[in-house]
Amino acid sequence: MKRSLKTTTLLLGSGAALFLLFNTMQGCRPQTTQAAVTGEAGSKTYVKPGSYDEFYNFVSGGFSGQLSVYGLPSGRMLRNIPVFSVNPESGWGYSEETKPMLMTTHGFIPWDDSHHPELSMTDGVPDGKWCFINGNNTPRIALVDLGTFRTKSIIEIPNCAGNHSSPFTTPNSEYVISGTRFSIPMGTDTERDVPIESYRENFKGTVSFIHPEPESGKMSIAFQIITPGMNFDLSHTGKGPSDGWFFFSCYNSEQAYSLLEVNASQRDKDFIMAVNWKKAEEYAKAGKGRKVPVEYYSNWYNDETHTGESTVMKEVLQLDPRELTDLVYFMPCPKSPHGCDVDPTGEYIVGSGKLAALIPVFSFTKIQAAIAAKDHDGDFMGIPVLKYESVLHGEVKKPGLGPLHTEFDANGNAYTSMFVSSEIVKWSLKSLEVLDRVPTYYSIGHLCVPGGDSKKPWGKYVIAYNKITKDRFLPTGPELAQSAQLFSIEGDKMELLLDFPTIGEPHYAQALPAELVKPREVKFFDINKNKHPYLAKGESETRIERKGNEVHVWMTTIRSHFTPDNIEGVKVGDEVYFHITNLEQDWDVPHGFAIKGAATAELLIMPGETQTLKWVPDQVGVVPMYCTDFCSALHQEMQGYVRVSPAGSKVELKAETRSVDAGS
Amino acid sequence: MKPLRSIGTAVLLTTLVMIQACGGGSTPADPPGAPSGPPGASGATADKGGAGELITAADLNLSAVDPAMAEKGKTTYDVKCQACHSTGENRVVGPGWKGVTTRREPAWIMNMIMNIDVMLEKDPEAQKLLEECLVRMPNQNLSKDEAREVLEFMRTL
Ligand SMILES: [Cu+2]
Repeated sequence: MKRSLKTTTLLLGSGAALFLLFNTMQGCRPQTTQAAVTGEAGSKTYVKPGSYDEFYNFVSGGFSGQLSVYGLPSGRMLRNIPVFSVNPESGWGYSEETKPMLMTTHGFIPWDDSHHPELSMTDGVPDGKWCFINGNNTPRIALVDLGTFRTKSIIEIPNCAGNHSSPFTTPNSEYVISGTRFSIPMGTDTERDVPIESYRENFKGTVSFIHPEPESGKMSIAFQIITPGMNFDLSHTGKGPSDGWFFFSCYNSEQAYSLLEVNASQRDKDFIMAVNWKKAEEYAKAGKGRKVPVEYYSNWYNDETHTGESTVMKEVLQLDPRELTDLVYFMPCPKSPHGCDVDPTGEYIVGSGKLAALIPVFSFTKIQAAIAAKDHDGDFMGIPVLKYESVLHGEVKKPGLGPLHTEFDANGNAYTSMFVSSEIVKWSLKSLEVLDRVPTYYSIGHLCVPGGDSKKPWGKYVIAYNKITKDRFLPTGPELAQSAQLFSIEGDKMELLLDFPTIGEPHYAQALPAELVKPREVKFFDINKNKHPYLAKGESETRIERKGNEVHVWMTTIRSHFTPDNIEGVKVGDEVYFHITNLEQDWDVPHGFAIKGAATAELLIMPGETQTLKWVPDQVGVVPMYCTDFCSALHQEMQGYVRVSPAGSKVELKAETRSVDAGS
Repeated sequence: MKPLRSIGTAVLLTTLVMIQACGGGSTPADPPGAPSGPPGASGATADKGGAGELITAADLNLSAVDPAMAEKGKTTYDVKCQACHSTGENRVVGPGWKGVTTRREPAWIMNMIMNIDVMLEKDPEAQKLLEECLVRMPNQNLSKDEAREVLEFMRTL
């Protein structure tokens, strides 16, 4: 008894010493997975079976191209939403209806690299209607409908490469923006076929303002602003007093085009670009821009026809800030700024130079004064540069190493992720003093406070999204799932509560109270509103038709059979289209459809929906098909056959479902 | 919460209406006088899908068949019911509907359409059927009006 008491005291003592070390020394990491977690942490994240989480957390799937959804505080994964990458689980990108969603000017692109989820907003606060996310690689922005948790529209961004500083939105989601990470030459083939070393003369950047129609969620590009050749990294909209402005971080003002890790780190300061988007909107409406020929796809999923539609747009309106001189200003920002975050009041714009040893905080009031007074420090490629000292509110000194991103709580505190020193640093917007710091495991990128980039943060938690997992979980070979970490921010000190694994790279994330999302949920699609061209509204409408070498099957599913379940007269080389309508009208009763040898995926058809699988049989025989989603006790019986005859065969086309004793 | 009244009228028990009666449509009728109303369902409420509360006989004032309503019921049948129920006597997946309204109490039919989860939880007859068939009848989320129209259509069969 005595001994164990002693040990406890000792342990407590060393624990306290470790804690002190964390607080006084940056970069001091424990050598094992053990961290300062108290016994109460578990109870704070425990959501008992049958109970709901308090927050939805929309987490980027990174290079998986998807968007995953977690519950907080449990860290339970609720859903993985297919966006930019084909997904065999649901047939996304495999079914005929979803293929148009992944169409681009490069054709069908079944993958992308998604980075930043952004919730739609009303009056500067997330409203639970949509979640936007960007595709970095083949520049696209998607809108996910939070009524169905499905991708509703995807727009391709022309004159863009590495669509990184997106898709951040204005306070009423009038616009969603997209800034190009890579500047590129634009225009005709001849104008684009230039030496890379002519970067300075020929390469330009763009920031695009995309307008989503409030009802339908269809997206189009309202206008683009042309910028000097540079790299744009992140962005955030103004709010409150700064509503009407957008701020973008830029790096490589050196305009280097080779070995950027050295050559783009030469200057002491790069820029944050301030854009007066209300002014830009005025100019665009007044026809002050130039209409430039381009091609881009705008894809939209029609919930009535249950089918994606692609529209090819042929031009874009471009505004040139060298002509429209009150649109764009540069503010010097130390050493390769990455994050660019606006506090809840809208007064402070926080830059974070990823190579800087301080965090500059700019004042919107001072920015306006500097613009009015033409308080310039020269220009950059024809765009005025405001004086650093004139627009600076102050600097957070020695916050840690590698500041990346900042989110806010409702009490005037900011939380900045420190990539190099692997920690979250809490500081005061008012005093610019560091208040607290906690280690993260390891190499934190973005972080998220529920509503933490909006006008009204809900606070409560900060979640770290880490790049490296090392020894946090049971080993799974060389590759580990990346990790997120949940911290409580309710007290003065941040407290680690939970680690949870994620899909792809959990790049950025946003969270909001479940109550804003839950009431909007669609539970099934009303079959009476289904306008799919190949709908079979009831079994009496099922049939089979041949048009040349195309065979169309109008098929229905319900627990637990297909109609028809026997098909004959199909020939090798035919293009067989199974148009399958799920007749169920109940929540969470999809049926699957798979057929042997199909070179696509399964279909997963929601109640009341019609989806189409294309199958080209290549061998003679009787081919089985079945339902993949265990739907009832007779699920295994939910199956059928297609007889495939040789090309040129005379077997009559027929489709039927026979009931043994149906009689009438 | 209204109690579901038990009515001791002549009802066929095994030739069930809305659930897949695995025994088939040719099963002979159970003796008259067997209760069709589910006493166990007393006080039960539907938590989803249905009209919210179990329907009682008093809620249904059946008079002469209304052909317009029956026609609407037929439309709903074509989309949502026909996959499992024939309009004849024989079973497809669920039992045939011919003569069903003479075998089953109307409120019971309505509840099987609209409040299937509650019925399967509380109603001994519904439970008996589930044991036989092992397939829960899909809740097709009919509104009360639609269910009433389907009942009217059944009355014409
Ligand atoms: Cu099934």
